Amino acid sequence: MRLLTREALLSFRRAPLLSALSVTTIAFSLFTVGLFGLIAINLREALRDLEERVEIVAFVLRGTPPETITLASQDIATFPEVLTVTYVTEDDALARARRELVEFRDAYRDLQVNPLPASLEIRLREGFRDAVHAAAVAERVRGFSFVEDVRFGRDWVEQLDGLRDLAGILGLVIGGVFAAVAIVIIGVTIRLTLLQRAREIHIMRLVGATNWFIRGPFLLEGALKGFLGGVLALVLCYAGYTAFRNNTSVLGGLVFFGPHHMFVIVVFGVFLGLFGSLVSVGRHLRTVSGRLDRRMV
Amino acid sequence: MIRLSHVVKTFPNGSLALKDVSFHVPKGEFVFLTGHSGAGKSTLLRMLYAEERPSQGEVRVGGHLVHALKADEIPRLRRRLGIVFQDFRLLEDRTAFENIAFALEVTGARADTIPARVTRVLTQVGLAAKARAHPRELSGGEQQRVAIARALVNDPAILLADEPTGNLDERATRGVFQLLRDINTSGTVVVMATHDLDLVRQTTYRTIEMREGSVVFDSADEARGEER
Repeated sequence: MRLLTREALLSFRRAPLLSALSVTTIAFSLFTVGLFGLIAINLREALRDLEERVEIVAFVLRGTPPETITLASQDIATFPEVLTVTYVTEDDALARARRELVEFRDAYRDLQVNPLPASLEIRLREGFRDAVHAAAVAERVRGFSFVEDVRFGRDWVEQLDGLRDLAGILGLVIGGVFAAVAIVIIGVTIRLTLLQRAREIHIMRLVGATNWFIRGPFLLEGALKGFLGGVLALVLCYAGYTAFRNNTSVLGGLVFFGPHHMFVIVVFGVFLGLFGSLVSVGRHLRTVSGRLDRRMV
Repeated sequence: MIRLSHVVKTFPNGSLALKDVSFHVPKGEFVFLTGHSGAGKSTLLRMLYAEERPSQGEVRVGGHLVHALKADEIPRLRRRLGIVFQDFRLLEDRTAFENIAFALEVTGARADTIPARVTRVLTQVGLAAKARAHPRELSGGEQQRVAIARALVNDPAILLADEPTGNLDERATRGVFQLLRDINTSGTVVVMATHDLDLVRQTTYRTIEMREGSVVFDSADEARGEER
C-alpha cells in the first residue's frame, strides 16, 4: 500500500506540469458536465414550481350536502396520488374571485345570487404531477355522483410533461457526451504518463510484477487526478454560478449544488479517473510494452 | 532447465525469426549464444522469458511450459529468471540501491527483508560502496553490475543476458564476464547472447551459434560427436 501510494504520487512529483495539465483538463471536462448539471437542477427547480401548480378541480353539483362532500374528500385524500384535498365552498369561491379577479370586482359585488359552484381542489404528490396520473385521478373523481365536472388543464400538464421529458433527454445526451469526453481526456493524460514511465513499467514486467501490481499506482493516480479534477470543477462551477447570479438580476432564485450533488460530482471524477486509467493501462500493457521491448533490445 | 523443441517463430509481417530451433540446457550450465545481428538470438531470449510466443514448437524453462503460459502466469516464470540487457535498463532517477530494491518491491517482497537483500547483492557485484549513486554517476561497467545485481536479487535459477558487454570497454567487459562466471559457479544457469568472439574463445563454455534463425553450430553436439 505504501509502495502503491509512493509510486502514484511519484508522477505528480516528477512531472508536475503534466499532472497539473491532466488535473486541469479533467476539471474543465467535469466543469462542463457540472455547468450542465447546474442548468439541469435549476431547470428542474423551475419545473417543480410549475408542477406544484398541477391541480385537479372537481366542481360540485349545487345543493350537495356538505357532509357528503366532506366524506368524499376524505375518501379522495386516501388515493395514493393525492397530496391534499381542499373543499372550496360557494362562498369561498366568490370571496376568492372578488379578491383575485380585481377587474370584475364591481360585477361580483352587485350579485344577488352566487353563480360560482363549490369545488374540491386536489393537489397531487410529487412524482404524480403528470398528465397520465392527473387524468386517472380526474376520472375516478368524476365517478362521484355529486361531481358535475372535473378539470385539470390537460394541455398545460401535457406541455409540462413534454418539457420535463426534453430536459431529461437533453441532460442524458449532453451529460453523456461530456462524460465520454472527460473519459477520453483522462485516458490520454494517463497514456502520456504511461509513455513517460514506460521504462519503469517495462522493468516491472521483466522482474515479474503482476499486471494488477503494475496497474495499481496508475489507477490510484487516475483516481487522485479525477478527485482533484472534480474538486476543481466544483470550484469553477461555483465561480461561474456566482458570476452569473451577480450579473443576472432577473434570475435571483438560482440554486447551487447541494452536498449530495457535490459528492456525486467528485465521486464521478474519481470514477472517470479510474476508468480512464484502467482502459489506458490495459491497452498499454497489451501493446506498447511488447513493442517497446523489441525496440529497446 | 531449458528445453526448446522444434521452435518456429514467424512475425505478423511474415518474417521468419526462428526456424526449427531445438536444444537443451541442463542445470548449472553456462551457454554462449552467438551469431550476427538479426540471427535470432534476442528473439530466442525473449521467448525464454515469455515476451514472445513460439508460432510452433515447445519452450520449457525451469519446469514452466512457456509456450502454453497464460498471461497471468508469466510473472511467476519471470521471478525465477534474471534478465540483463546491453543498455542496462536502470531507472535514472533512482539510486543503485533503489533500482535493485524496486525489483523486490514490485514483486511483493516483505519490506523489512529488502535492505539486507539489496546490500547482499550489491556486495556480491562489488558495488556496496556505491549504493547511493545514481546511474549517471556510475561507469558503464558499474551500471551493468547494478543491472546484474537487480537480476540476482530474486535468487534466479536462470540468468539471461542479452549482449551484456556490448556497451562496455575491454576492462569492464572482463569484470562483468567474470561476475557472470561467478554467478554460474554458484549454480545458476547463464545464457549469454554475445557478438564478442574473443570472449567466447577465452573459455570452454558451450556455444550455440545462430544464423538466420537456425542453430548452425552447437559445441555440445560436437563434443558428443567426439565422444562417440
